[in-house]
Amino acid sequence: MSLFSMTGLVMKWLLRKPYTSRYPFEPRQPLPGSRGTLVVSLTDCTYCSLCAKRCPTQAIEVNRAAKHWNIDRLRCITCNCCVETCPKKCLSMQTAHGIPTVTKDREVFA
Amino acid sequence: MREEQPIVAVTPNTLVGEVKTLCDQGWRLVQIGVTSLGELFEVNYSFDRDQHFLNLRLQIPAAGASLPSISGLYWCAFLYENEIHDLFDVTFDGLALDFKGTLYKTAQPFPFANRARAGVSTTVVQPV
Amino acid sequence: MATRTVIPFGPQHPVLPEPIHLDLVVEDEKVVEAIPSIGFIHRGLERLVEKKDFTEFVFVAERICGICSFIHSQSYCQGIETIMGLEVPRRAHYLRTIWGELSRIHSHLLWLGLMADGMGFESLFMHAWRVRERVLNIIESTTGGRVIFGSCKVGGVRRDIDEPAMQSLLAALVETERETREIVQVFLNDSTVKHRLCGVGKLSREDAYKLGCVGPTLRASGWAQDTRKLGYAAFYELTFQPITRTEGDCYARVAVRCDEIFQSIDLIRQAAAKIPAGEIAVKVVGNPNGEYFVRTEQPRGEVIYYLKGNGTKNLQRFRVRTPTFANIPALVKTLQGCNLADVPLLILTIDPCISCTER
Repeated sequence: MSLFSMTGLVMKWLLRKPYTSRYPFEPRQPLPGSRGTLVVSLTDCTYCSLCAKRCPTQAIEVNRAAKHWNIDRLRCITCNCCVETCPKKCLSMQTAHGIPTVTKDREVFA
Repeated sequence: MREEQPIVAVTPNTLVGEVKTLCDQGWRLVQIGVTSLGELFEVNYSFDRDQHFLNLRLQIPAAGASLPSISGLYWCAFLYENEIHDLFDVTFDGLALDFKGTLYKTAQPFPFANRARAGVSTTVVQPV
Repeated sequence: MATRTVIPFGPQHPVLPEPIHLDLVVEDEKVVEAIPSIGFIHRGLERLVEKKDFTEFVFVAERICGICSFIHSQSYCQGIETIMGLEVPRRAHYLRTIWGELSRIHSHLLWLGLMADGMGFESLFMHAWRVRERVLNIIESTTGGRVIFGSCKVGGVRRDIDEPAMQSLLAALVETERETREIVQVFLNDSTVKHRLCGVGKLSREDAYKLGCVGPTLRASGWAQDTRKLGYAAFYELTFQPITRTEGDCYARVAVRCDEIFQSIDLIRQAAAKIPAGEIAVKVVGNPNGEYFVRTEQPRGEVIYYLKGNGTKNLQRFRVRTPTFANIPALVKTLQGCNLADVPLLILTIDPCISCTER
């Protein structure tokens, strides 16, 4: 029967810097390889709509004739399917999280 | 790697007898599942013993069907049978613990049953 | 005769990670009967196969549950691959095994934290989750997501773990093992913890089998039943034995899960040593036509997936029976005769994952 089995752990952490970080004053550094947000740069985009077809949540909307490209950020699950499919490599995934939004509208890029 | 998964066909009359044989031989109930095949429901009872897998399968009409409950032999079956009743509208006679349709409170009663399927809308709800 | 009162427990309760409702019939302080009520988080995911094609459905299968998400996607992919007769490369099998065992470690550490929180032992809860953070960082650096991995697809896996990443994974596991031993010794030796757990919620060996229990709940009552012994993914090349205890009480279930963390660390080390080089995925051509039952071992027990395809790109039937669904009758049985104050702990010992239960 051990009454003080936790004491060792408690004393060790009492004398150390706390493990919790002071977020939001110290922002969390994302790990490399993490899937944060989609980064869109449409300079080479041909509006082939492959990204919209592969998107599992239908977050991307592409209109070939009118040359529109928009994404609903709240539907995007950052699965990386569109990044892998784009033949012109216009889409990429950055490790930092997207900024929080307060409205449910689509982000229009073209 | 494909595991051996034998399927034994039974009828609603022979179901309880077959299940009693398996129960006496020490098989445990793994799951009870229903697949809708249009006009019929295919009910599948899965059993396991020492990593061997066995299925009992029977077919019942989709509308107004009823089956004997096996919860007298396997008490844990009450949960599966209540779920099947709430989703597919199949009545089970002799349920050990009958929730009388209140296990899942869905907006549409019997959402997986055929008559619900006939009226399934294909419009996707757009976010506002 | 004492008067009976019915006390509703849940769906909102501080110890419950997910909503489940129990009507407890109590006589003074003893629970005489418990009637479970589920369905608060039923999303009808089984019908979503009709709308999403089978390659996209992996993302839905992953999101059936947050804690056991990877093994859901792995089971789904295994089912489709078996129906279609796809030969998944061995490296993909090993990667799936490694991620599956990492998922098991993180789930058990999460659960240990919740057990401590259920007992009121807040500092131990925080330490268990602190240890879990390192595991989540490993998962994030190798798959991209902390909880929802997004790394399994039909035909293999989407990302590789190269040699430097594997070495840093193993180094992080050494630290994790050391830190886990520190907290596990509190769980297994501390007198206040033992007072709350020993002898509480006994599930006899016969009852555990007859009631259809699975997973650590079954193994803590003496049955050496582990679905990983079927040899799916890379398990046919790894050596391990199911961990069992014979007492069948809450303490035994805690002990089984603690030992399983170390077993998973050992399995990852074995897999990392044996992982072959090669491709990580095969191309998927055609549509699934046929049916299959997939059985895998989630952290909570045996999960069984029934997949039926009819040659179109939408599956005809997708049925999941998750381990918590099978453990609820055992929960109801152990609650009979316990004290009212032990109810939260008893519910937590079956490791309830209610969003899995009612997809």
